Amino acid sequence: MLIDWFTVGAQALNFVILVWLMKRYLYKPILNAIDARERRIAAELADADAKKAEAQKDRDEFRHKNEEFDKQSAALLSKATDEAKAEGRRLLEEARKAADALSAKRRETLRNDARNLNQAITRRAQQEVLAITRKALMDLSTTSLEERFSNVFTRRLREMNGRPKETLANALKTASETEPAVLRSAFDMPSEQRATIQNALNETFAADIRVRFETAPDLIGGIELTANGQKVAWSIADYLLSLEKGVGELLNKQ
Amino acid sequence: MRLSPDGMIFWQRGFVKLNGTIVFTWALMLVLAAGSKLITRSLSMDLRRSRWQNLLEIIVTGIEKQIEEIGLRHPEKYLGFLGTLFLFVAAANLFTVVPGYEPPTSSLSTTAALALCVFVAVPLFGIMDQGVGGYLRSYLEPTFIMLPFNIISELSRTLALAVRLFGNMMSGAMLVAILLTITPFLFPAVMTALGLLTGMVQAYIFTILAAVYIAAATRPRKPEPAPQN
Repeated sequence: MLIDWFTVGAQALNFVILVWLMKRYLYKPILNAIDARERRIAAELADADAKKAEAQKDRDEFRHKNEEFDKQSAALLSKATDEAKAEGRRLLEEARKAADALSAKRRETLRNDARNLNQAITRRAQQEVLAITRKALMDLSTTSLEERFSNVFTRRLREMNGRPKETLANALKTASETEPAVLRSAFDMPSEQRATIQNALNETFAADIRVRFETAPDLIGGIELTANGQKVAWSIADYLLSLEKGVGELLNKQ
Repeated sequence: MRLSPDGMIFWQRGFVKLNGTIVFTWALMLVLAAGSKLITRSLSMDLRRSRWQNLLEIIVTGIEKQIEEIGLRHPEKYLGFLGTLFLFVAAANLFTVVPGYEPPTSSLSTTAALALCVFVAVPLFGIMDQGVGGYLRSYLEPTFIMLPFNIISELSRTLALAVRLFGNMMSGAMLVAILLTITPFLFPAVMTALGLLTGMVQAYIFTILAAVYIAAATRPRKPEPAPQN
Protein backbone atom coordinates (compact mmCIF):
# COMPACT_ATOMS: atom_id res chain seq x y z
CA MET A 1 0.00 0.00 0.00
CA LEU A 2 1.58 3.27 -1.14
CA ILE A 3 -0.76 5.50 0.77
CA ASP A 4 -1.13 5.12 4.51
CA TRP A 5 -4.15 7.21 5.43
CA PHE A 6 -3.10 7.71 9.03
CA THR A 7 0.21 9.08 7.83
CA VAL A 8 -1.63 11.28 5.36
CA GLY A 9 -3.71 12.73 8.16
CA ALA A 10 -0.73 13.09 10.44
CA GLN A 11 1.31 14.78 7.72
CA ALA A 12 -1.55 17.13 6.89
CA LEU A 13 -1.77 18.05 10.56
CA ASN A 14 2.00 18.40 10.74
CA PHE A 15 1.90 20.67 7.73
CA VAL A 16 -0.78 22.87 9.26
CA ILE A 17 1.24 23.09 12.47
CA LEU A 18 4.33 23.93 10.46
CA VAL A 19 2.41 26.66 8.66
CA TRP A 20 1.44 28.13 12.01
CA LEU A 21 5.00 27.82 13.35
CA MET A 22 6.50 29.42 10.28
CA LYS A 23 4.00 32.22 10.35
CA ARG A 24 4.76 32.85 13.99
CA TYR A 25 8.51 32.51 13.96
CA LEU A 26 9.52 33.41 10.44
CA TYR A 27 7.19 35.39 8.23
CA LYS A 28 5.67 37.68 10.76
CA PRO A 29 8.89 38.79 12.47
CA ILE A 30 10.74 39.10 9.18
CA LEU A 31 7.97 41.07 7.50
CA ASN A 32 7.58 43.18 10.59
CA ALA A 33 11.29 43.88 10.63
CA ILE A 34 11.22 44.80 6.94
CA ASP A 35 8.18 47.00 7.44
CA ALA A 36 9.76 48.66 10.44
CA ARG A 37 12.94 49.26 8.50
CA GLU A 38 11.01 50.65 5.57
CA ARG A 39 9.05 52.89 7.89
CA ARG A 40 12.22 53.94 9.55
CA ILE A 41 13.91 54.66 6.24
CA ALA A 42 10.85 56.54 5.07
CA ALA A 43 10.79 58.46 8.33
CA GLU A 44 14.48 59.17 8.06
CA LEU A 45 14.06 60.27 4.48
CA ALA A 46 11.14 62.45 5.46
CA ASP A 47 13.16 63.73 8.36
CA ALA A 48 16.09 64.36 6.07
CA ASP A 49 13.77 66.12 3.66
CA ALA A 50 12.34 68.18 6.48
CA LYS A 51 15.81 68.96 7.72
CA LYS A 52 16.90 69.81 4.24
CA ALA A 53 13.90 72.07 3.83
CA GLU A 54 14.61 73.56 7.21
CA ALA A 55 18.26 73.98 6.32
CA GLN A 56 17.24 75.57 3.05
CA LYS A 57 14.87 77.82 4.93
CA ASP A 58 17.57 78.62 7.45
CA ARG A 59 20.00 79.26 4.65
CA ASP A 60 17.53 81.53 2.88
CA GLU A 61 16.78 83.27 6.12
CA PHE A 62 20.45 83.58 6.89
CA ARG A 63 21.13 84.91 3.43
CA HIS A 64 18.25 87.30 3.77
CA LYS A 65 19.49 88.42 7.16
CA ASN A 66 22.97 88.73 5.79
CA GLU A 67 21.74 90.88 2.97
CA GLU A 68 19.69 92.90 5.42
CA PHE A 69 22.69 93.22 7.66
CA ASP A 70 24.86 94.24 4.74
CA LYS A 71 22.29 96.81 3.75
CA GLN A 72 22.00 98.09 7.28
CA SER A 73 25.73 98.12 7.69
CA ALA A 74 26.13 99.98 4.39
CA ALA A 75 23.40 102.41 5.42
CA LEU A 76 24.96 102.89 8.84
CA LEU A 77 28.38 103.30 7.31
CA SER A 78 27.07 105.81 4.81
CA LYS A 79 25.19 107.63 7.56
CA ALA A 80 28.24 107.57 9.79
CA THR A 81 30.38 108.81 6.92
CA ASP A 82 27.93 111.60 6.21
CA GLU A 83 27.73 112.49 9.87
CA ALA A 84 31.47 112.37 10.19
CA LYS A 85 31.79 114.60 7.14
CA ALA A 86 29.18 116.98 8.49
CA GLU A 87 30.86 116.92 11.88
CA GLY A 88 34.21 117.47 10.21
CA ARG A 89 32.80 120.39 8.27
CA ARG A 90 31.21 121.75 11.41
CA LEU A 91 34.41 121.38 13.39
CA LEU A 92 36.36 122.91 10.55
CA GLU A 93 33.89 125.77 10.43
CA GLU A 94 34.12 126.16 14.19
CA ALA A 95 37.88 126.04 14.03
CA ARG A 96 37.85 128.57 11.23
CA LYS A 97 35.51 130.77 13.20
CA ALA A 98 37.63 130.36 16.28
CA ALA A 99 40.72 131.06 14.23
CA ASP A 100 38.98 134.05 12.69
CA ALA A 101 37.90 135.23 16.10
CA LEU A 102 41.37 134.67 17.43
CA SER A 103 42.86 136.36 14.45
CA ALA A 104 40.42 139.25 14.80
CA LYS A 105 41.23 139.43 18.47
CA ARG A 106 44.90 139.37 17.69
CA ARG A 107 44.42 141.98 15.03
CA GLU A 108 42.40 143.99 17.51
CA THR A 109 45.07 143.50 20.13
CA LEU A 110 47.71 144.46 17.63
CA ARG A 111 45.69 147.44 16.59
CA ASN A 112 45.19 148.36 20.23
CA ASP A 113 48.85 147.85 20.87
CA ALA A 114 49.69 149.88 17.84
CA ARG A 115 47.23 152.53 18.89
CA ASN A 116 48.54 152.52 22.42
CA LEU A 117 52.03 152.69 21.09
CA ASN A 118 50.97 155.37 18.69
CA GLN A 119 49.30 157.29 21.46
CA ALA A 120 52.28 156.84 23.68
CA ILE A 121 54.54 157.96 20.88
CA THR A 122 52.22 160.82 20.08
CA ARG A 123 52.01 161.83 23.72
CA ARG A 124 55.71 161.52 24.10
CA ALA A 125 56.28 163.39 20.87
CA GLN A 126 53.87 166.06 21.98
CA GLN A 127 55.58 166.36 25.33
CA GLU A 128 58.96 166.37 23.64
CA VAL A 129 57.85 168.90 21.03
CA LEU A 130 56.30 171.10 23.66
CA ALA A 131 59.35 170.81 25.85
CA ILE A 132 61.63 171.60 22.93
CA THR A 133 59.40 174.48 21.86
CA ARG A 134 59.23 175.73 25.39
CA LYS A 135 62.96 175.48 25.72
CA ALA A 136 63.60 177.07 22.32
CA LEU A 137 61.22 179.91 23.00
CA MET A 138 62.73 180.44 26.44
CA ASP A 139 66.14 180.61 24.85
CA LEU A 140 64.88 182.97 22.19
CA SER A 141 62.88 185.20 24.51
CA THR A 142 64.63 188.50 25.07
CA THR A 143 63.61 192.03 26.09
CA SER A 144 63.12 193.05 22.50
CA LEU A 145 60.80 190.17 22.02
CA GLU A 146 59.07 191.30 25.15
CA GLU A 147 58.62 194.60 23.52
CA ARG A 148 57.02 192.98 20.56
CA PHE A 149 54.77 191.14 22.93
CA SER A 150 53.63 194.33 24.60
CA ASN A 151 52.93 195.90 21.20
CA VAL A 152 50.85 192.98 20.13
CA PHE A 153 49.09 193.00 23.50
CA THR A 154 48.34 196.69 23.14
CA ARG A 155 46.97 196.24 19.64
CA ARG A 156 44.80 193.40 20.73
CA LEU A 157 43.44 195.42 23.62
CA ARG A 158 42.51 198.16 21.21
CA GLU A 159 40.94 195.77 18.78
CA MET A 160 38.72 194.25 21.49
CA ASN A 161 34.97 194.87 21.08
CA GLY A 162 31.64 193.37 21.86
CA ARG A 163 30.86 191.32 24.86
CA PRO A 164 34.39 190.34 25.91
CA LYS A 165 35.28 194.04 26.02
CA GLU A 166 32.28 194.82 28.18
CA THR A 167 32.93 191.98 30.55
CA LEU A 168 36.58 192.91 30.91
CA ALA A 169 35.68 196.59 31.35
CA ASN A 170 33.35 195.74 34.20
CA ALA A 171 35.96 193.55 35.81
CA LEU A 172 38.62 196.22 35.48
CA LYS A 173 36.37 198.92 36.84
CA THR A 174 35.41 196.89 39.92
CA ALA A 175 39.00 195.88 40.35
CA SER A 176 40.35 199.36 40.36
CA GLU A 177 38.19 200.19 43.31
CA THR A 178 39.06 197.26 45.56
CA GLU A 179 42.22 195.71 44.25
CA PRO A 180 44.24 196.63 41.22
CA ALA A 181 44.36 194.44 38.15
CA VAL A 182 47.51 192.37 37.73
CA LEU A 183 49.55 192.43 34.57
CA ARG A 184 52.11 189.68 34.47
CA SER A 185 54.99 189.41 32.06
CA ALA A 186 57.89 186.99 31.66
CA PHE A 187 60.48 189.68 31.98
CA ASP A 188 60.68 192.78 34.00
CA MET A 189 58.83 195.34 31.88
CA PRO A 190 60.46 198.73 31.17
CA SER A 191 58.53 201.79 32.22
CA GLU A 192 57.78 202.94 28.60
CA GLN A 193 56.11 199.76 27.87
CA ARG A 194 54.25 199.93 31.12
CA ALA A 195 53.11 203.46 30.21
CA THR A 196 52.07 202.35 26.73
CA ILE A 197 50.00 199.51 28.13
CA GLN A 198 48.53 201.78 30.84
CA ASN A 199 47.57 204.27 28.11
CA ALA A 200 46.09 201.65 25.93
CA LEU A 201 44.02 200.37 28.86
CA ASN A 202 42.83 203.80 29.83
CA GLU A 203 41.91 204.64 26.25
CA THR A 204 40.26 201.36 25.51
CA PHE A 205 38.06 201.32 28.56
CA ALA A 206 37.85 205.13 28.87
CA ALA A 207 38.77 205.03 32.54
CA ASP A 208 41.69 205.24 34.80
CA ILE A 209 42.68 201.67 35.27
CA ARG A 210 44.99 200.80 38.10
CA VAL A 211 47.39 198.07 37.22
CA ARG A 212 50.04 196.24 39.17
CA PHE A 213 52.89 194.88 37.17
CA GLU A 214 54.39 191.51 38.05
CA THR A 215 57.11 189.38 36.55
CA ALA A 216 56.30 185.71 35.91
CA PRO A 217 59.02 183.70 34.10
CA ASP A 218 56.69 180.66 33.67
CA LEU A 219 54.86 182.62 30.94
CA ILE A 220 57.95 182.11 28.76
CA GLY A 221 57.02 185.05 26.69
CA GLY A 222 53.99 187.34 26.49
CA ILE A 223 51.67 189.30 28.73
CA GLU A 224 48.72 188.32 30.88
CA LEU A 225 46.12 190.71 32.39
CA THR A 226 44.03 189.44 35.25
CA ALA A 227 41.25 191.43 36.88
CA ASN A 228 38.61 190.16 39.24
CA GLY A 229 38.65 186.66 37.77
CA GLN A 230 38.67 187.88 34.15
CA LYS A 231 41.83 187.36 32.11
CA VAL A 232 43.25 188.67 28.87
CA ALA A 233 46.47 186.98 27.84
CA TRP A 234 48.73 186.74 24.98
CA SER A 235 51.65 184.51 25.97
CA ILE A 236 53.57 181.62 24.54
CA ALA A 237 52.66 179.56 27.61
CA ASP A 238 49.02 180.21 26.83
CA TYR A 239 49.50 179.17 23.21
CA LEU A 240 51.37 176.06 24.23
CA LEU A 241 48.66 175.26 26.76
CA SER A 242 45.93 175.63 24.15
CA LEU A 243 48.01 173.54 21.71
CA GLU A 244 48.46 170.85 24.32
CA LYS A 245 44.77 170.95 25.06
CA GLY A 246 43.91 170.63 21.39
CA VAL A 247 46.31 167.74 20.84
CA GLY A 248 44.99 166.00 23.97
CA GLU A 249 41.43 166.33 22.72
CA LEU A 250 42.48 164.95 19.33
CA LEU A 251 44.16 161.93 20.95
CA ASN A 252 41.17 161.26 23.13
CA LYS A 253 38.91 161.32 20.09
CA GLN A 254 41.00 158.65 18.34
CA MET B 1 13.03 -3.09 -0.88
CA ARG B 2 11.37 -0.18 0.90
CA LEU B 3 9.82 2.38 -1.41
CA SER B 4 9.05 5.05 1.19
CA PRO B 5 9.86 5.88 4.80
CA ASP B 6 6.30 4.82 5.59
CA GLY B 7 7.62 1.33 5.92
CA MET B 8 10.03 2.37 8.65
CA ILE B 9 7.81 1.70 11.67
CA PHE B 10 9.12 2.84 15.05
CA TRP B 11 6.00 2.28 17.12
CA GLN B 12 2.52 1.07 16.41
CA ARG B 13 -0.68 0.50 18.32
CA GLY B 14 -3.51 -0.55 16.08
CA PHE B 15 -4.24 2.14 13.53
CA VAL B 16 -1.96 4.66 15.14
CA LYS B 17 1.68 4.32 14.28
CA LEU B 18 4.90 6.27 14.34
CA ASN B 19 6.73 5.72 11.09
CA GLY B 20 9.81 7.27 9.46
CA THR B 21 7.78 9.77 7.49
CA ILE B 22 6.26 11.31 10.59
CA VAL B 23 9.50 11.26 12.55
CA PHE B 24 11.54 12.86 9.74
CA THR B 25 8.80 15.44 9.28
CA TRP B 26 8.96 16.28 12.95
CA ALA B 27 12.69 16.60 12.72
CA LEU B 28 12.30 18.95 9.77
CA MET B 29 9.66 20.97 11.58
CA LEU B 30 11.91 21.23 14.58
CA VAL B 31 14.86 22.40 12.53
CA LEU B 32 12.81 24.91 10.57
CA ALA B 33 10.92 26.33 13.53
CA ALA B 34 13.91 26.37 15.87
CA GLY B 35 16.15 27.90 13.19
CA SER B 36 13.60 30.57 12.44
CA LYS B 37 13.05 31.28 16.10
CA LEU B 38 16.78 31.45 16.70
CA ILE B 39 17.40 33.89 13.91
CA THR B 40 14.32 36.04 14.36
CA ARG B 41 14.87 36.22 18.11
CA SER B 42 17.16 39.20 17.70
CA LEU B 43 15.99 40.86 14.55
CA SER B 44 17.55 44.16 13.75
CA MET B 45 15.23 46.96 12.70
CA ASP B 46 18.30 48.95 11.84
CA LEU B 47 20.04 49.29 8.51
CA ARG B 48 22.77 46.95 9.77
CA ARG B 49 21.67 43.36 10.22
CA SER B 50 23.10 39.87 10.60
CA ARG B 51 23.86 37.59 7.63
CA TRP B 52 21.28 35.05 8.78
CA GLN B 53 18.65 37.74 8.94
CA ASN B 54 19.66 38.83 5.48
CA LEU B 55 19.31 35.25 4.23
CA LEU B 56 15.84 34.88 5.75
CA GLU B 57 14.77 38.24 4.39
CA ILE B 58 15.97 37.26 0.92
CA ILE B 59 14.06 33.98 1.12
CA VAL B 60 10.86 35.51 2.43
CA THR B 61 10.86 38.49 0.05
CA GLY B 62 11.82 36.16 -2.83
CA ILE B 63 8.84 33.91 -2.14
CA GLU B 64 6.62 36.92 -1.78
CA LYS B 65 7.80 38.26 -5.11
CA GLN B 66 7.21 34.93 -6.81
CA ILE B 67 3.67 34.80 -5.45
CA GLU B 68 3.07 38.31 -6.67
CA GLU B 69 4.37 37.42 -10.12
CA ILE B 70 1.88 34.56 -10.34
CA GLY B 71 -0.85 37.16 -10.12
CA LEU B 72 -1.96 37.13 -6.50
CA ARG B 73 -2.62 40.65 -5.44
CA HIS B 74 -1.91 40.40 -1.73
CA PRO B 75 1.05 38.02 -1.45
CA GLU B 76 1.35 38.41 2.32
CA LYS B 77 -2.03 36.67 2.65
CA TYR B 78 -0.77 33.53 0.90
CA LEU B 79 2.81 33.73 2.11
CA GLY B 80 2.18 31.54 5.15
CA PHE B 81 0.73 28.64 3.16
CA LEU B 82 2.73 28.78 -0.06
CA GLY B 83 5.98 29.80 1.62
CA THR B 84 5.77 26.93 4.07
CA LEU B 85 4.96 24.55 1.25
CA PHE B 86 8.09 25.60 -0.58
CA LEU B 87 10.31 25.63 2.48
CA PHE B 88 9.08 22.24 3.65
CA VAL B 89 9.58 20.51 0.32
CA ALA B 90 12.91 22.25 -0.28
CA ALA B 91 14.18 21.43 3.20
CA ALA B 92 12.99 17.85 2.90
CA ASN B 93 15.05 17.44 -0.24
CA LEU B 94 18.07 19.38 0.96
CA PHE B 95 18.41 17.11 3.96
CA THR B 96 19.04 14.12 1.73
CA VAL B 97 22.72 14.97 2.05
CA VAL B 98 22.49 13.80 5.66
CA PRO B 99 23.28 10.07 5.84
CA GLY B 100 20.45 7.93 7.12
CA TYR B 101 17.87 10.54 6.32
CA GLU B 102 15.00 9.74 4.04
CA PRO B 103 12.95 12.60 2.69
CA PRO B 104 9.34 12.47 3.89
CA THR B 105 8.34 13.76 0.49
CA SER B 106 9.36 10.46 -1.03
CA SER B 107 6.34 9.01 0.74
CA LEU B 108 3.14 9.16 -1.25
CA SER B 109 1.31 9.71 2.05
CA THR B 110 3.17 13.01 2.57
CA THR B 111 2.72 14.23 -0.98
CA ALA B 112 -0.92 13.19 -0.81
CA ALA B 113 -1.28 15.08 2.45
CA LEU B 114 0.30 18.17 0.89
CA ALA B 115 -1.91 17.81 -2.18
CA LEU B 116 -4.92 17.49 0.08
CA CYS B 117 -3.87 20.61 1.91
CA VAL B 118 -3.72 22.42 -1.43
CA PHE B 119 -7.06 20.85 -2.36
CA VAL B 120 -8.61 22.32 0.77
CA ALA B 121 -6.70 25.60 0.68
CA VAL B 122 -7.72 26.51 -2.89
CA PRO B 123 -11.48 26.74 -2.20
CA LEU B 124 -10.80 28.27 1.19
CA PHE B 125 -8.77 31.10 -0.31
CA GLY B 126 -11.37 31.37 -3.09
CA ILE B 127 -14.17 31.74 -0.59
CA MET B 128 -12.15 34.17 1.51
CA ASP B 129 -11.62 36.27 -1.57
CA GLN B 130 -14.96 36.05 -3.36
CA GLY B 131 -17.39 34.73 -0.79
CA VAL B 132 -19.12 31.32 -0.89
CA GLY B 133 -21.53 32.19 -3.69
CA GLY B 134 -18.90 33.81 -5.81
CA TYR B 135 -16.60 30.84 -5.46
CA LEU B 136 -19.25 28.23 -6.18
CA ARG B 137 -20.40 30.14 -9.20
CA SER B 138 -16.93 29.78 -10.66
CA TYR B 139 -17.70 26.06 -11.13
CA LEU B 140 -20.51 27.02 -13.48
CA GLU B 141 -18.20 29.04 -15.67
CA PRO B 142 -18.47 29.53 -18.53
CA THR B 143 -21.76 27.43 -18.49
CA PHE B 144 -23.35 25.03 -16.04
CA ILE B 145 -22.54 22.17 -18.46
CA MET B 146 -18.92 22.62 -17.43
CA LEU B 147 -19.71 21.84 -13.76
CA PRO B 148 -18.69 18.14 -13.86
CA PHE B 149 -15.60 18.90 -15.82
CA ASN B 150 -14.61 21.62 -13.37
CA ILE B 151 -15.03 19.21 -10.47
CA ILE B 152 -13.05 16.49 -12.27
CA SER B 153 -10.26 18.97 -13.04
CA GLU B 154 -10.18 20.01 -9.40
CA LEU B 155 -9.78 16.44 -8.22
CA SER B 156 -7.40 15.36 -10.93
CA ARG B 157 -5.04 18.23 -10.42
CA THR B 158 -4.82 17.42 -6.75
CA LEU B 159 -3.97 13.83 -7.62
CA ALA B 160 -1.51 14.95 -10.26
CA LEU B 161 0.16 17.26 -7.77
CA ALA B 162 0.55 14.48 -5.23
CA VAL B 163 1.84 11.93 -7.68
CA ARG B 164 4.19 14.42 -9.38
CA LEU B 165 6.03 15.21 -6.19
CA PHE B 166 6.00 11.69 -4.94
CA GLY B 167 7.27 10.28 -8.23
CA ASN B 168 10.15 12.68 -8.42
CA MET B 169 11.20 12.30 -4.84
CA MET B 170 10.82 8.57 -4.71
CA SER B 171 12.55 8.05 -8.02
CA GLY B 172 15.47 10.18 -6.92
CA ALA B 173 15.88 8.25 -3.70
CA MET B 174 15.33 4.95 -5.49
CA LEU B 175 17.91 5.78 -8.14
CA VAL B 176 20.50 6.58 -5.54
CA ALA B 177 19.70 3.38 -3.70
CA ILE B 178 19.90 1.25 -6.83
CA LEU B 179 23.07 2.93 -8.06
CA LEU B 180 24.67 2.43 -4.68
CA THR B 181 24.32 -1.30 -5.16
CA ILE B 182 25.77 -1.19 -8.70
CA THR B 183 28.48 1.46 -8.58
CA PRO B 184 29.12 2.15 -4.94
CA PHE B 185 31.53 5.10 -5.13
CA LEU B 186 31.36 8.02 -7.51
CA PHE B 187 28.09 7.82 -9.33
CA PRO B 188 25.72 7.90 -6.33
CA ALA B 189 27.34 11.14 -5.18
CA VAL B 190 26.70 12.73 -8.56
CA MET B 191 23.15 11.48 -8.51
CA THR B 192 22.64 12.87 -5.02
CA ALA B 193 23.81 16.25 -6.24
CA LEU B 194 21.43 15.98 -9.14
CA GLY B 195 18.74 14.90 -6.69
CA LEU B 196 19.27 18.10 -4.75
CA LEU B 197 18.70 20.11 -7.90
CA THR B 198 15.59 18.20 -8.91
CA GLY B 199 14.33 18.46 -5.35
CA MET B 200 14.62 22.23 -5.43
CA VAL B 201 12.94 22.30 -8.83
CA GLN B 202 10.13 20.14 -7.47
CA ALA B 203 9.68 22.38 -4.46
CA TYR B 204 9.47 25.35 -6.79
CA ILE B 205 7.04 23.63 -9.17
CA PHE B 206 4.82 22.37 -6.37
CA THR B 207 4.59 25.80 -4.82
CA ILE B 208 4.05 27.56 -8.14
CA LEU B 209 1.30 25.12 -9.11
CA ALA B 210 -0.43 25.63 -5.78
CA ALA B 211 -0.13 29.38 -6.28
CA VAL B 212 -1.57 29.10 -9.77
CA TYR B 213 -4.53 27.08 -8.48
CA ILE B 214 -5.17 29.58 -5.74
CA ALA B 215 -4.82 32.44 -8.22
CA ALA B 216 -7.34 30.71 -10.49
CA ALA B 217 -9.75 30.37 -7.60
CA THR B 218 -9.37 33.90 -6.34
CA ARG B 219 -9.10 35.69 -9.65
CA PRO B 220 -12.20 37.81 -10.30
CA ARG B 221 -14.34 36.52 -13.14
CA LYS B 222 -14.59 39.91 -14.76
CA PRO B 223 -11.30 41.58 -15.45
CA GLU B 224 -10.80 44.80 -13.55
CA PRO B 225 -11.13 47.89 -15.64
CA ALA B 226 -7.80 49.24 -16.67
CA PRO B 227 -6.89 52.34 -14.72
CA GLN B 228 -7.69 55.52 -16.61
CA ASN B 229 -4.56 57.31 -17.54
